[in-house]
Amino acid sequence: MPFVSVPPVMPPTSDSLIVARGLTKRFGDFTAVDGIDVEVHRGEAFGFLGPNGAGKSSTMRMIGCVSSPSDGSMHVFGLDAATHGAQIRARIGVVPQLDTLDTELSVKENLWLYGRFFDLPRAECRRRATELLEFAQLTDRADSIVDNLSGGMKRRLSIARSLINEPELLLLDEPTTGLDPQARHVLWDRLYRLKQQGVTLVLTTHYMDEAEQLCDRLVVMDQGHIVAEGSPRDLIARYSTREVLELRFAADGNEAAAAQLAGIGDRLELLPDRVLIYADDGETALTETHHRGLSPESALVRRSSLEDVFLQLTGRSLAD
Amino acid sequence: MTILLRIIPAGFVVRRPQRMIERHVVAYRRQWLIIVSGFFEPLFILLSVRAGLGDLVGEVSVAGRAVPYEAFVAPALMASSAMNGAVFDSTGNVLHRLKYARIYDAALATPMSPADVAMGEIGWALLRGQMYAVGFLGVMAGLGLVESWWALLALPACLLVGFAFASIGFLATTYMRGFADMDMVNTVVLPLSLFSATVFPVSAYGDLAWLVQVSPLYHGVALVRAANTGVWSASLVAHALVLLVVSLVALLAATRRVDLLLRK
Repeated sequence: MPFVSVPPVMPPTSDSLIVARGLTKRFGDFTAVDGIDVEVHRGEAFGFLGPNGAGKSSTMRMIGCVSSPSDGSMHVFGLDAATHGAQIRARIGVVPQLDTLDTELSVKENLWLYGRFFDLPRAECRRRATELLEFAQLTDRADSIVDNLSGGMKRRLSIARSLINEPELLLLDEPTTGLDPQARHVLWDRLYRLKQQGVTLVLTTHYMDEAEQLCDRLVVMDQGHIVAEGSPRDLIARYSTREVLELRFAADGNEAAAAQLAGIGDRLELLPDRVLIYADDGETALTETHHRGLSPESALVRRSSLEDVFLQLTGRSLAD
Repeated sequence: MTILLRIIPAGFVVRRPQRMIERHVVAYRRQWLIIVSGFFEPLFILLSVRAGLGDLVGEVSVAGRAVPYEAFVAPALMASSAMNGAVFDSTGNVLHRLKYARIYDAALATPMSPADVAMGEIGWALLRGQMYAVGFLGVMAGLGLVESWWALLALPACLLVGFAFASIGFLATTYMRGFADMDMVNTVVLPLSLFSATVFPVSAYGDLAWLVQVSPLYHGVALVRAANTGVWSASLVAHALVLLVVSLVALLAATRRVDLLLRK
């Protein structure tokens, strides 16, 4: 019988950096990730959004080859994560949700010693450490002990450390959680520069503004499933309206008002403290509100955001 | 053998355990006093034996020969000190790095493997223990307690003792829930250092002599004592093998635990 060449199950296309098929992670009876399909292309910034417990971090750990899938397959750089974990890890950078910086070492030592885990020569580690200190704006803190750094500095150091092996792919698990606005903007700027240099970014976040700022494409996860996928702009167009009218009425007046507002805009949502009207034209909706004889205490017309999409898809109840 | 095969973690890969050691060398450069302080403990213990205890006890019989008590007890103290050093390096410090500083999480995100982490940590405990063993032997020689050049073989014997206890200590640490569990370590180590034919010979135990042999330290003491007196017997091979097997089994189990804990 002649040999039949069997095509590989997952032909690695030139620009597909991550290909996951039917990816599943179970912990005992609990299914954290339930058969998701994901594809991330070289050079893009890709986001995993979702409430706590949606399965984002489990997915990130599988991409980072520190957790093996219970089912399904995961290929990174065309390599099978199940068999080539070390080779894959050599080419990625990881910024974990909680800093794992070495608190017994100085800032500079944290960088160059981490490079040694990648088998880089000492001189090269030191050269890159000096560059990365500059990149992370930590040059004047090079000899400080990590414990004495602010939260924002620690986060910048975490990112700098993840770059010591000049990764093609950078995984960031909630990179700016807990940081003040200044620190977040500095981080966003650094991440944007990395993207300009061709580094593929994969991140998880709760912050919708962060996702809109950074991500070319994203998926929304809920209870281990992917519930939506697309660019931020696509998702807003698909799951929300162009604008949102937010109305507040006097105490306990929201419910009564909502009944009278029925029919205005595409959709109406009654919250304990306000009424949201999703409409393509918020001003027209507001005019109509006044026509119906209602006088809200405050009225705000704003553009629809990813947050509206997120809440529409994953609900408003707390996940944990 | 089947037990051994069962506990060898799938993908047991050792490539760069020395990177873990390199990290510790850099970290301890700032805390060299802690390292140096380890040399004083044996000095004080040996001096206390020399100053009074030896005169009270008189002579003890070792391999059919009567030797002064201090020459009997010094090799045992050397083996105990190797055990103590290995245990303390592989429990408290490891627990901190495993659960709180999360240094191993950081390492495993790189090409480092769980076996690299476990072997690196155990290797570091061995290196440090060996430094103290050299110091201990020097003090013994200074006090005239070393009988021949054979005593140099006490160093590899201490390396084996360290390997066994560093591996056991590391393994035990992977089961600890927090620092409260560290108290258990003392509860185990103290009776071992007292009842492993250390401060009195195994003949004193009578019918319970077999129980003493369960202690890995007993085998280490036998090796170090033989090195110091230069009296050799075939049973020493068995003592060495016991330590080696215990070390390897504990090391493999520890690697598996790191894998289970940190790569779930």
